[in-house]
Amino acid sequence: MTKVKTQYNRRSFIKVSAAAGGGMLIGFSWLAGCISDTKVEEITVPNEWFDINGYIKIGDTGLVTIYSPNPEIGQNVKTSMPMIVAEELDVDWKNVVVEQAPLNTGFYQNQFAGGSLSIRLSWNALRMAGATGRRMLLEAAAKEWEVPVLDLTATQGIIKEKNGERTITYGEIASKAVGIEIPEEVELKETKEFKLIGTSVKNVDANKIVTGKPLFGLDFKREGMQLAMIQHPPAFGMKVKDFNEEEIKRMPGVKDAFIIDTAIKEPSWSDEKGFLQLIAIVGDSTWQLMKAKRAIKANWEVISEMENSEMHLKNLEDAIKTGNVEESRKDGNPDEAFKNAAKVIERTYSSPFLAHNTMEPMNFFANVTNTSAELIGPTQTPEALEGSVSKLLDMPIENITVNMTRMGGGFGRRLYVHFGVEAAAISKKIGAPVKLIYTREDDMTQGTYRPAYQSNYKAGLDENNNLIAFSVKGSGLPEGSVFPNRFPAGTVDNYLAEKVNAKTNITTGAWRAPRSHFTAGAEQSFLDEVAEMAGKDPIDFRLELFDRAIKNPVGEKHEYDAERYAGVLKLVKEKSNWGETGPHIYRGVAAYFCHSSYVAEVVDMVLDNGYPKIKKVWCAVDCGIVVNPDAAKNMVQGGVIDGIGHAMYSQLTFNNGAVNENNFDRYQLMRHSQAPEDIEVFFVDNDIAPTGLGEPGLPPAVGALANALYQATGQRLTKQPFANQIVAKEFLD
Amino acid sequence: MPTFQLKINGEPHTIEADNDTPLLWVLRDQIDLVGTKYGCGIGQCGACTVHVDGNALRSCTLQVSQLQGMDIVTIEGLSKNGDHPVQEAWKEIDVPQCGYCQSGQIMTAAALIKNNPNPSDKEIDSAMEGNLCRCGTYVRIKQAIKTASKL
Repeated sequence: MTKVKTQYNRRSFIKVSAAAGGGMLIGFSWLAGCISDTKVEEITVPNEWFDINGYIKIGDTGLVTIYSPNPEIGQNVKTSMPMIVAEELDVDWKNVVVEQAPLNTGFYQNQFAGGSLSIRLSWNALRMAGATGRRMLLEAAAKEWEVPVLDLTATQGIIKEKNGERTITYGEIASKAVGIEIPEEVELKETKEFKLIGTSVKNVDANKIVTGKPLFGLDFKREGMQLAMIQHPPAFGMKVKDFNEEEIKRMPGVKDAFIIDTAIKEPSWSDEKGFLQLIAIVGDSTWQLMKAKRAIKANWEVISEMENSEMHLKNLEDAIKTGNVEESRKDGNPDEAFKNAAKVIERTYSSPFLAHNTMEPMNFFANVTNTSAELIGPTQTPEALEGSVSKLLDMPIENITVNMTRMGGGFGRRLYVHFGVEAAAISKKIGAPVKLIYTREDDMTQGTYRPAYQSNYKAGLDENNNLIAFSVKGSGLPEGSVFPNRFPAGTVDNYLAEKVNAKTNITTGAWRAPRSHFTAGAEQSFLDEVAEMAGKDPIDFRLELFDRAIKNPVGEKHEYDAERYAGVLKLVKEKSNWGETGPHIYRGVAAYFCHSSYVAEVVDMVLDNGYPKIKKVWCAVDCGIVVNPDAAKNMVQGGVIDGIGHAMYSQLTFNNGAVNENNFDRYQLMRHSQAPEDIEVFFVDNDIAPTGLGEPGLPPAVGALANALYQATGQRLTKQPFANQIVAKEFLD
Repeated sequence: MPTFQLKINGEPHTIEADNDTPLLWVLRDQIDLVGTKYGCGIGQCGACTVHVDGNALRSCTLQVSQLQGMDIVTIEGLSKNGDHPVQEAWKEIDVPQCGYCQSGQIMTAAALIKNNPNPSDKEIDSAMEGNLCRCGTYVRIKQAIKTASKL
């Protein structure tokens, strides 16, 4: 066992423990319904619960509740985070139920879902929470039996005397553990001692999901709650002036209609930048509100330029030609090296704006009174929401509570807090609890999009087909997609990477694997072409580069571990039997590092009536220790489909500041028949502390797709969405 | 406001609503059956799929006035104990990620299996084509449908 210092804020730890019994963590009537699955019925319901620490509550029957601190957006942390606590607490998973914790910055750390960071940042805290609980239970038993704590062991919820007969269960001793001093130091298990971590545990909400129980923000209800909808301007660059308020108020089912202003002082990155003044309609029937929304006649004023897609393409190109370089890296003398190169290749890659399109549209519940604000709903950043509502209402943070529901998807969209802020503004105005609901059209036309990108790549080979020069210059609306210190930095003597920004009034935000999804697609298909020009196998070509970074890296630093990067390529090569493909299978490979994890993927394609169809995708992943392998595979499979689907089919286009695609009839998402038939996922087995998994599976899929499409169709596709180009150029004949 | 007699999950319900109110909002707002999800409102995503006389239909485009006398089943009524073969298979394969679209996926899959107990891959694709999953659980959904067809 490894001894570690506990890192809790000891005062808040105790405060939370004490408050929990009084209802702070337990008392939400609706959210208490968010206890996982049906175990409560199978195991005797405890008469009494004892709060061990803010993460663990033990019932007198031995049932254990573990609080999951972070928001659940489908990345499965509501199962995997409590697994880590349960491992160190050493309790049988059969006796564990999971409850979603509320926002509590005094106790929990990093309560957000973003950057594939939940497990990575909380790994130690969760282990310590479990180990602390175990230690407190052991101390309670030692005190009870009047023996030294070292004479006792605890395993699977049962405490035993090492040299004696006596045993006692966690449930039996739990009442005595309350009030035991939090240990200064706890022992953590060695990774080889793990019993639960590394086994596949099913989603704790599975029963509720498959039977349609209320789980999501949109399902939330409170007695006396009103419903509300908003109308934002129809185009970017517009602002609401006035609307037919009296007429709308007279419509059936409408109780009130007004304009809200959600502008706050010193907005942060997570606050709305575009549509701050909105028309709000309040009533008690969703359908009647939808009809009233359609009857709105508003006067909009133009406050900035009405942009369109042609303009966006031109602005991206102009920025590359004349824009300021915001971030860069230069090794050697790229200009000179390109002049001396035997072969030079240049390509331009681009991708359009995208919407997040979580299946559950934006929504939030708010109950604002003169002295308090209660917020319940789907948010990836509860703490940021709390801060913004505090500014909006000019109310101290202590008077605001935020509770997280399960979310119908996140993908970065719910890092932004405007819909919670809007709900608070509406509740304040009407003086009643309210649930704000966006229609799909509101959701898709609101903004906060994945930015549009363009990058120019250039590579030079010497007469022996060695890569001697590499450059990339990329622009984005509003931020270029270039990571100067990532691969291939460190592998090429003459290297230049430059990031350029460009202006737009379309609002943008983080979209699953921000910038990495575009960079991986562009860079990895470019390298495929470079490898072909060099007459080398695409995997061997990359391994040569990593070999250089391992043995004799170029420049001061690079952000990746070349051994681990090469490791996933070797693993995918082995698992996919690279080089031994059967007839009529067209293959592409790509590898990418982001969010501290390494992923390599091979896409196998066939031609179905002349049209490319993905047969199988092979994934090799190095994310350190894998907490819940089957769920981790699910996450990677989802990333692959997300990456391939958007690169193939999706785009948002603009005309006079307005989005052309406002629902799923025009915005194309991947559907069942377009999905790969199979996606196999392999993990590198190691003892490294776990890193991100929500995002890293996505980026390489874009590159592997483009490279397989080239093998299948003979066409190098550089402009997303690819499906448009395939239909136009290749398969109409 | 007109009233309508609906039969939902075997129970009679008297509903007061505008003629054009979609079944989806009757279920969610008035009967508290929130397992049927709102995704697009135009019949493009399948999150709101229910069974009407055994057929998988989009409740966001069915008006309450068209449904009197019909047998409506929602995810809550698919099985008494949440143990319909499709629900069991979904748990076995651990299909859901966010889970939001899954009740619609399950309702479409249950109707498919009822009419075609051993569907081929192509038949699964064509039956399920109208159900979007933004998390990308398509591979597992197909696996779960095949598992369910053996239960």
